[in-house]
Amino acid sequence: MTTYLIKNAQPYGAEPTDLLLQNGVIAAIGENLEAQGAEVVDATGLIALPGLVDLHTHLREPGREDAETVDTGTQAAALGGFTAVHAMANTDPVADTAGVVEQVWRLGREAGHCDVFPVGAVTVGLAGERLAELGAMADSAARVRVFSDDGKCVSDPVIMRRALEYVKAFDGVIAQHAQEPLLTEDAQMNEGELSGRLGLRGWPAVAEEAIIARDCLLTAHVGSRLHVCHVSTAGSVEIVRWAKSKGWNVTAEACPHHLLLTDELAATYDPIYKVNPPLRTAADVEALRAGLADGTIDIVATDHAPHPHEDKDCEWQAAAFGMLGLETALSIVQHTMVDTGLIGWAEVAERLSSAPARIGRLADHGRPLAEGEPANLTLYDAAATRTVEASEMASLSRNTPYAGMELPGRVVATFLRGKATVLDGKLA
Amino acid sequence: MKKHLLSAGDLTRDDAELILSTAAELRSLADRPIKKLPALRGRTIVNLFFEDSTRTRISFEAAAKRLSADVINFSAKGSSLSKGESLKDTALTLEAMGADAVVVRHWASGAPHNLANAGWSRSSVINAGDGTHEHPTQALLDAFTMTRHLSNLDGRRIAIVGDVLHSRVARSNALLLQTLGAEVTLVAPPTLLPYGVETWGVQTSYDLDAVLPKADAVMMLRVQRERMNASFFPSAREYSRRYGLDARRMGSLQEHTIVMHPGPMIRGMEITADVADSERSVIVEQVTNGVAVRMAVLYLLLGGSEPALTTSEESDA
Amino acid sequence: MPPTQQPDLPPVDGRTVLDSRDITRALTRISHEILERNKGAQDIVLLGIPSRGVHLASRIAAKITEVEGAAVPVGSLDVTMYRDDLRLRPARALAPTEIPSEGIDDKVVVLVDDVLYSGRTIRSALDALNDIGRPRAVQLAVLVDRGHRELPIRADFVGKNLPTSLAEKVAVRLAEYDDGEDGVTIR
Repeated sequence: MTTYLIKNAQPYGAEPTDLLLQNGVIAAIGENLEAQGAEVVDATGLIALPGLVDLHTHLREPGREDAETVDTGTQAAALGGFTAVHAMANTDPVADTAGVVEQVWRLGREAGHCDVFPVGAVTVGLAGERLAELGAMADSAARVRVFSDDGKCVSDPVIMRRALEYVKAFDGVIAQHAQEPLLTEDAQMNEGELSGRLGLRGWPAVAEEAIIARDCLLTAHVGSRLHVCHVSTAGSVEIVRWAKSKGWNVTAEACPHHLLLTDELAATYDPIYKVNPPLRTAADVEALRAGLADGTIDIVATDHAPHPHEDKDCEWQAAAFGMLGLETALSIVQHTMVDTGLIGWAEVAERLSSAPARIGRLADHGRPLAEGEPANLTLYDAAATRTVEASEMASLSRNTPYAGMELPGRVVATFLRGKATVLDGKLA
Repeated sequence: MKKHLLSAGDLTRDDAELILSTAAELRSLADRPIKKLPALRGRTIVNLFFEDSTRTRISFEAAAKRLSADVINFSAKGSSLSKGESLKDTALTLEAMGADAVVVRHWASGAPHNLANAGWSRSSVINAGDGTHEHPTQALLDAFTMTRHLSNLDGRRIAIVGDVLHSRVARSNALLLQTLGAEVTLVAPPTLLPYGVETWGVQTSYDLDAVLPKADAVMMLRVQRERMNASFFPSAREYSRRYGLDARRMGSLQEHTIVMHPGPMIRGMEITADVADSERSVIVEQVTNGVAVRMAVLYLLLGGSEPALTTSEESDA
Repeated sequence: MPPTQQPDLPPVDGRTVLDSRDITRALTRISHEILERNKGAQDIVLLGIPSRGVHLASRIAAKITEVEGAAVPVGSLDVTMYRDDLRLRPARALAPTEIPSEGIDDKVVVLVDDVLYSGRTIRSALDALNDIGRPRAVQLAVLVDRGHRELPIRADFVGKNLPTSLAEKVAVRLAEYDDGEDGVTIR
């Protein structure tokens, strides 16, 4: 196995130092390290961060290999600086049995670009009617700890209560896609001034906030663990803040696109901006940024949602919901949170690596950059800029809303257990 | 250069007035022995209908034919559930056939924008009604009908009554009538007014009886009974009682006030038969005017080397 | 683009070839010639071609009424949609077509325009007339004939024959339509 000597990297953006990656761990950190036979990586000017962990990725395999595969999705992840992703359960077949989650887990191991931790479905077939075999998935080789019907809300309060209770047995967490279904029937975009003008059915903030409030109360009542997926409204941030102030075990995520883009973009009727939950208002964007800065929102998760071209090159109403996210997430976070002075690189490491790993109960990810820790890290050039080209994405799909935008930062290298998955900004 | 008519909001006041004055000239054509003008000879206009609307289609067809254009009717059935032939593939087909303009009716809001802006086609696109978004030529024909009865629309009070939430006619009218200087009041139960309507620059009211005596024109919108099942209102009877136009309410109108309806009407629901057939009703005239207005739009978009209409952004530049 | 009320506002400079009195005299003569040729005002319909032709037609009609004591029907004929250069320029606003209630079938239609040049406008007018009815005869009255015909068309009644070069511009101003006094200038 190659030994890497990383010269002059800045851990968490601090003073430059050297890191020696040997036998899958960070063997040494210090100035002027030397190691015979090591491959030297000049990281002058680069920030070293623990390998990023995505708690919310759609890899589409099995079932929609035309949109993404575990192989291509994890390539995109590695290029984005990730060493672990959580693969959402809404595949075909749904990841609601030990068999399917083990299949996805194995595909991830074979691809080798980053670790894949399958998310198990909460209910059979995501139908919201009866619990899937959560325990079997937890006990499987995939060791599932995060359960979600993402794409659909566990709207039945009794099912949600039972799920929260049941996962306590194996320290699991329910990651809720908070969307009251009856309030969002055929919903197309944020319900606001613009939805009325554009004649697109509204997706009101209350449909998200009501479910989050209910689930926080349920979680407190049964003493379990709740994670709120893709928080998108100012009201949701307030509710989560309130739940945390009570000491309840609630965590929340925000997506990069919700930190930057607003519902105004729907006026183009270009479905590239169609996503669920929808892009919200500038006030919501501000609230999300503030929530992420003060820790109300624990993590950034991508909700990377690849779709084939034909599902986006059509009428808005007929188009699929979702955007690519893995390859642009860190740039968007830099642009919206770091360059604005809201957080520093240590907080970036917390929000994109340590915290998601903790929520997913991952032992070997999200660890600090310290001697003896697993050598999962990424080197990032925050001074670089790049213009996003959809055609250059490693993802099999092209549905990035950032095409043509100039974004700061570039992932230069990613290491998974000491092995380079990305070097010089390319797959190693 | 503007080559599409996608939204009534894209029209400047000058544009709108040019369309209305052109329509006024073209309306007299109906009285001539030969109801045909050569302006669009050799041009091909496609009526692309993803949703049934016989009256709109034949109105556009008559308008195109009276301008000597070749007309191709293309009915591409399909709903949001059964997508059928895709808009893109249809657009590519029409492009290959050399269509100069595509008149599009679609169940999806924004579909004409996609057709115009996605790079699928070089034709002019005319929105003949998209989802619950807009129906700009209907608004133009309504404004034309109003100007014939009320002359200048400056300061005129127009009440638009009914299912504003689902009405593309209401959206286009609210935009166009304001451009033309009219004061618009949308009247509906609160459940049938769109979220954010307070930013539209129009008045809103829940009380039809309070609005009627001041109105110069009253436009009744169709209200589908099925809305009752989604609890937009408790019953058809209660709706009619609170928001229907009947003879008693008609009695509170000013002498010159006209009653309009974009059709198709549901008699007994939003309007009673005696009102629809009364002297004040200009509902049949709206249909006649529709052909002249659509002729004007087709002529101004396609008659010259480039369209005679500009967007507001361009005229500001 | 606003509707252009005055599409070709004449230049104020240039050499005056007809002044207000010349124009009045020319129109008076044309009126007499129309009556003479047609042996009275019987069955005559004057149709002006917008914009200035309409005002000239009205003036001629008034003169004929003055002479004959009876009103002669007068209207306007917009030829925009019949122009052979319709596609060469941006779409143009339409001018009114007003056919007198008597119609034009079996009438003698006298087309009235300000300047006769290539003859293309008159060809358009003949096509337009064809869609409106079948006159017994069509005659043409113009204030100025500046030559350079491109079609086999000639005027029956001419206010003034004005030899011009192709580079020159002839501008007609009428008090009813343009600001100021009547006049024809060449530049």
